[in-house]
Amino acid sequence: MKRFDPRLYQIGALTLLLLYGIFALGFDITLTRAVLLVGTAIATQAICAKMKGVAFDPRSATISGLSLSLLLRSESLMLLLAGAVIAVASKFVFRIRGKHIFNPTNIAIVALMLMSKHVWVSPGQWGNVAFFGFLIACIGGLVVNRAARSDVTYAFIVAWSALVIGRSLWVGEPLTIPFHRLESGALLLFTFFMISDPKTTPDSRAGRILFAAIVAFGGWYINYRLFRTNGILWSLAAAAILVPIIDALLPAARYQWSRAARGLATPPTKQPSNLATA
Amino acid sequence: MSKRTFILILTFFAAAQAQAFCGFYVAKGNAKLFNHASQVVIVRDQDKTVMTMANDFQGSVRDFAVVIPVPTKIERGQIHVAEKALIDHLDSYSSPRLVEYFDPDPCAPPPAPMYMKNAVSEAITVSASAPARARSLGVTIEAKYTVGEYDILILSATQSSGLVTWLVENGYTMPKGAANVLGSYIRQNMHFFVAKVNMGEQARLGFNYLRPLQVAYESPKFMLPIRLGTVNADGAQELFVYVVTTNGRVETTNYRTVKLPSDVDVPLFVRKDFAPFYKALFAQQVKHEDMSAVFLEYAWNMSWCDPCASEPLSPEELKKLGVFWLDAGGNVFLTRLHVRYDREHFPEDLVFQQTGDQGQFQARYVLHNPAKPGNCDAAAVYRRELRKRQEHEAKNVAELTGWDLDEMRRKMHLNVAVVTPPEKKWWEKIW
Repeated sequence: MKRFDPRLYQIGALTLLLLYGIFALGFDITLTRAVLLVGTAIATQAICAKMKGVAFDPRSATISGLSLSLLLRSESLMLLLAGAVIAVASKFVFRIRGKHIFNPTNIAIVALMLMSKHVWVSPGQWGNVAFFGFLIACIGGLVVNRAARSDVTYAFIVAWSALVIGRSLWVGEPLTIPFHRLESGALLLFTFFMISDPKTTPDSRAGRILFAAIVAFGGWYINYRLFRTNGILWSLAAAAILVPIIDALLPAARYQWSRAARGLATPPTKQPSNLATA
Repeated sequence: MSKRTFILILTFFAAAQAQAFCGFYVAKGNAKLFNHASQVVIVRDQDKTVMTMANDFQGSVRDFAVVIPVPTKIERGQIHVAEKALIDHLDSYSSPRLVEYFDPDPCAPPPAPMYMKNAVSEAITVSASAPARARSLGVTIEAKYTVGEYDILILSATQSSGLVTWLVENGYTMPKGAANVLGSYIRQNMHFFVAKVNMGEQARLGFNYLRPLQVAYESPKFMLPIRLGTVNADGAQELFVYVVTTNGRVETTNYRTVKLPSDVDVPLFVRKDFAPFYKALFAQQVKHEDMSAVFLEYAWNMSWCDPCASEPLSPEELKKLGVFWLDAGGNVFLTRLHVRYDREHFPEDLVFQQTGDQGQFQARYVLHNPAKPGNCDAAAVYRRELRKRQEHEAKNVAELTGWDLDEMRRKMHLNVAVVTPPEKKWWEKIW
């Protein structure tokens, strides 16, 4: 039986979240800007595909555009659109052994935050409404299961929870504090929609669990030892550089969207990368 | 030694956090005092921070004492006393405001351009307004000196139980549960100082109120500790945080920051009821957000304002508040946050971040004074439109504040049917 491409589920879920954010939570982005962001991401994909001579597929670019709309904030439209260009172009530029290195949305956000003081990410924008947490977790859970890489998500959430709760226990804080931190919509979005990206995580299950633990520790260190915000975003970008090393140490078959879409198991041998599915 | 009432003020602590402050009043004996509103000014650039704290302590100053946690070790010279007028000025400058417009007379051609009378500028001040023994308890008195009317003790403690014992032995009443919070701050390498009023100095200086305390430190922790303030508070606490930065608006990272409704047309009676209007509006928004949000009331580059609710702060005033980069140039961007909190809805300290958002925001409510037109065709149309607008204003104020809509209409005298001639057909207006 033919299955839907998991990216279609992801596009649907991110669109719903974006509409909820704009109309119910008053995100600092307009619908027009979000449409321009997605449009720019798709256009960049089309141009890069043409330059590289590969087939054009707008789905991953749409996901990058939607994710940037959910996360990246700036007064400057040009900076937002630059984010969309960096996100998509990074897939074609930063490649090792035929696999792109960075999560496109993540690298765009981190690069812009390093280059400009006029962009920011608002981790508090979702609030801590439990109902919403459940909603996002359910939708996200569906996405990761379809993408067959839910192990990285679960490994991350276990590692992150252990670090946050462990720290609170160590300093003698009541458990309401770490639970409040774990209820964060921004954390759930990262866990279910960003770190779960099957194209930029290690190929082997052991590698992915190791990767998730590294990202969690890095993010925790930045937030709770260096006292800076958005630790997990910085940490994911830095840890991405380790993925080729993890893949070399713990090799396994490469993930392909096309096979997931057809409901096929990942082939047992390594496949050459296909830029069209980047 | 007499027991001293004591307010614990929390200041910076861990996790990408800036500490919010303001503590709790603890009654002398068993009487309960309530904490009303606290005001904190945080001036911050890079990691350098100057925090000014004021509260509306109502009891006898003889009974006043405060314990302030700070994220770094504090030395003599990092603690200062500021003038209350500075915070009052900042408050009135950034407070929600009424703006007033006058409708042009529809019978007076050509129509006069609308003009704006400068804001009513109701500066709503939501009133708010023995070393050996110590060592044996794990408490070290690092320094002891007098600043202004305050006696300051800088403490470092290794255990909360020792700190609590020392405070109790020295005449401070500790609220139940405070030891746990102090313990978690000690584990996070927070330091503390105690300030109490030196009656002799106060009499000599001639102040009959408590001036705000200031503390300067350098730490990556951009946070305000509010946990001590909720330990045994009876009901919700009110806090205003004024943050002065260089790059743009400040928001909380661990709670949602929500803009207070603004630019809304409201009925004329709000002019005299602005204080209750603002309080009801704020209460309604808190309810609407399930008491889980921090509210943005003002965000503006301080080099200009329009309309200004009060005169902008002078460079001297800014310097006194701790704006240390003024001489080197650089923006002065003010963010005013307002939060009503309790332990259930705000379990952790407030953590802040500066954004790149330089957009202006003010909580602004608009009055439209109707014209008093004579008899002309345009007047009839105007009256009909006016009636619609007033109905809209009544609904606005009822929705914003939770006040009864019929009561609003009654106050606006909208229940009286206005006799207006039927609207003319379009062709009747031609000839």
